[in-house]
Amino acid sequence: MSTKEWPLWEVFIRSKQGLSHKHVGSLRAPDAEMAISNARDVYTRRSEGVSIWVVESKLVSASDPKEANEFFEPSDTKIYRHPTFYDVPDGISHM
Amino acid sequence: MEINKQDALFEFVLRIADDSLILGHRISEWCGHGPILEEDIALTNIALDFVGQATNFYDYAAKVEGKCRTADDLAFLRFEREYKNVLLVEQPNGHFGDTIARQFFFDVFRKLFFEELAKSTDEELAGIAEKSLLETKYHLRHSSEWMIRLGDGTEESHAKIQESVDTLWRYTGELFFSNEVDALLLNEKIGVDIAALKRPWEKQVREILGEATIEIPAHAWQQAGGRTGVHSEHLGYLLTELQYMQRAYPGMEW
Amino acid sequence: MDMKNINLEDKEREFQAKIDADIRIEPNDWMPDSYRKTLIRQISQHAHSEIVGMLPEGNWVTRAPNLRRKAVLLAKVQDEAGHGLYLYSAVETLGADREDTIDDLHSGKAKYSSIFNYPTLTWADMGTVGWLVDGAAIMNQVPLCRCSYGPYARAMVRVCKEESFHQRQGFEIIAGLANGTPEQKELAQDSLNRWWWPALMMFGPSDENSKHTAQSIKWKIKRETNDELRQKFVDVTVPQAEMIGLVIPDKDLKWNEEKQGYDYGEINWDEFMNVIQGNGPCNKQRVDARRNAKENGMWVREAATAYAEKRQAKKAS
Repeated sequence: MSTKEWPLWEVFIRSKQGLSHKHVGSLRAPDAEMAISNARDVYTRRSEGVSIWVVESKLVSASDPKEANEFFEPSDTKIYRHPTFYDVPDGISHM
Repeated sequence: MEINKQDALFEFVLRIADDSLILGHRISEWCGHGPILEEDIALTNIALDFVGQATNFYDYAAKVEGKCRTADDLAFLRFEREYKNVLLVEQPNGHFGDTIARQFFFDVFRKLFFEELAKSTDEELAGIAEKSLLETKYHLRHSSEWMIRLGDGTEESHAKIQESVDTLWRYTGELFFSNEVDALLLNEKIGVDIAALKRPWEKQVREILGEATIEIPAHAWQQAGGRTGVHSEHLGYLLTELQYMQRAYPGMEW
Repeated sequence: MDMKNINLEDKEREFQAKIDADIRIEPNDWMPDSYRKTLIRQISQHAHSEIVGMLPEGNWVTRAPNLRRKAVLLAKVQDEAGHGLYLYSAVETLGADREDTIDDLHSGKAKYSSIFNYPTLTWADMGTVGWLVDGAAIMNQVPLCRCSYGPYARAMVRVCKEESFHQRQGFEIIAGLANGTPEQKELAQDSLNRWWWPALMMFGPSDENSKHTAQSIKWKIKRETNDELRQKFVDVTVPQAEMIGLVIPDKDLKWNEEKQGYDYGEINWDEFMNVIQGNGPCNKQRVDARRNAKENGMWVREAATAYAEKRQAKKAS
């Protein structure tokens, strides 16, 4: 069919207050308002959300999986960023 | 005509329930046939809301009547002349624009109506109205968005939705029907001053139609009859489908 | 062998190693073309099945016998639309266009589950479809939650979570009829008679005739073979039928102590092939309904697009 398709939108839902929005999937919509309405109908049929974000899929920039090694490996070796790297004498609590 | 409070309340609640049932039935006919998948899901949500509203109002009507009839008895086992829905809601789906225009006219009315009914001194009625109001606000958002997009979309969509509005306009006057039932309940602070809803309805409709670049039809003639059980020919067929199982297998549990 | 081919071989080996290590493949990761194609075919078929699957049940929405059943049925059919959408979402992560795959359905190029080409003739079919068809679908879908392709697996997790009510509501209907009046019991048995064999066919051709199975299992797109899943389905369903006093329409059905499962009769593969090829009782009607929905709704889509463009232009000026 020759007509222009509605653009694709990525949908993010906050499941309850205090949690981050989480990616749940995508849908088609002609504009942002309709994308939000559609997201409400498609992705919160069982009260899964209290807040919705939508963003046009083409606007999302992503890291390149081919570069995943050089991208993420360096932080794998920086274990001093994690609290378990440090020794704390026995008997110390609340740390 | 003398009418007591119980009969009036029964009739009043039945009208609301019948509107919901019949419109819900019509919208549910779209299920699986919507113009795009996302819209199919949206329409089904709306249909589900109406079936839910119908159930709540029939439950209450049955209780008011006190004759051991159930919500299902009221929904499925009355005759055509006993249904009190407005003509607007029984009109066929037509194309998507017809469905949206029908929905829009009704949603604007329903929102105003439930806002008032939520203040009823009849707490049970006020409670159902309040819950239904939330749903209705969403329905109105949905139908308004579509009115604007169809009206101010393409030339084709504009012509189509204008025609839908022209055709359905004649059924909007009946939304404001009231008689001694309403007068009595208004007096008891249970009912709604329906005539007073007409002006805000027109204002809101004009606003959206203006944004949608749709003209209000010039003709003023209004059809009525649904509230007194005098329907269009469409209702009989709708009821034939709706009641099929209950009529074909009387008295069985499903 | 030139460098390009060596590179490709390395990549394929790396890819298979990831699969073997149960590392999920994500949309932008390198994957063999044939893996991508297989997934696009399978996921879009799955999505089409959900969408076409709305029609046989949608057929009874306006005739549901009471308000509760009407609401449940509507919610269920709506879920199927939702599931179709989750799956189309997953297809689109592979670079396929949802509407192109839908047009393939409408032109008859793409397939969908054979079961939906059978008619729903009585209300009892709403029970049987939920009980058998959703039961079989769940058998198929649960292993897919562990599929190697991330977006498909995630979609299936969502689908399986939502679908657990579908089979139950179907069984509730059919169990009620089986324990109802003689007339209702007859409706239930007649419905089981019509749906049993088509339900078994839902698992697809037997393993020796299934051209995709071996590769799909190696790629962990599929986790169990058609025959394994079919056997599982028979084994759980037969006792359910017995419990509600319905008879499975298969004179060869009997318990096999040795394999700890049921032996069942020969499936009519000729009928199966015919239904797949478009000769089922409702193929034309189903595809026509879907095509009409799209074609009749095209002006609506165009209107919304035109409006969005106009508004964009207004904002820009």
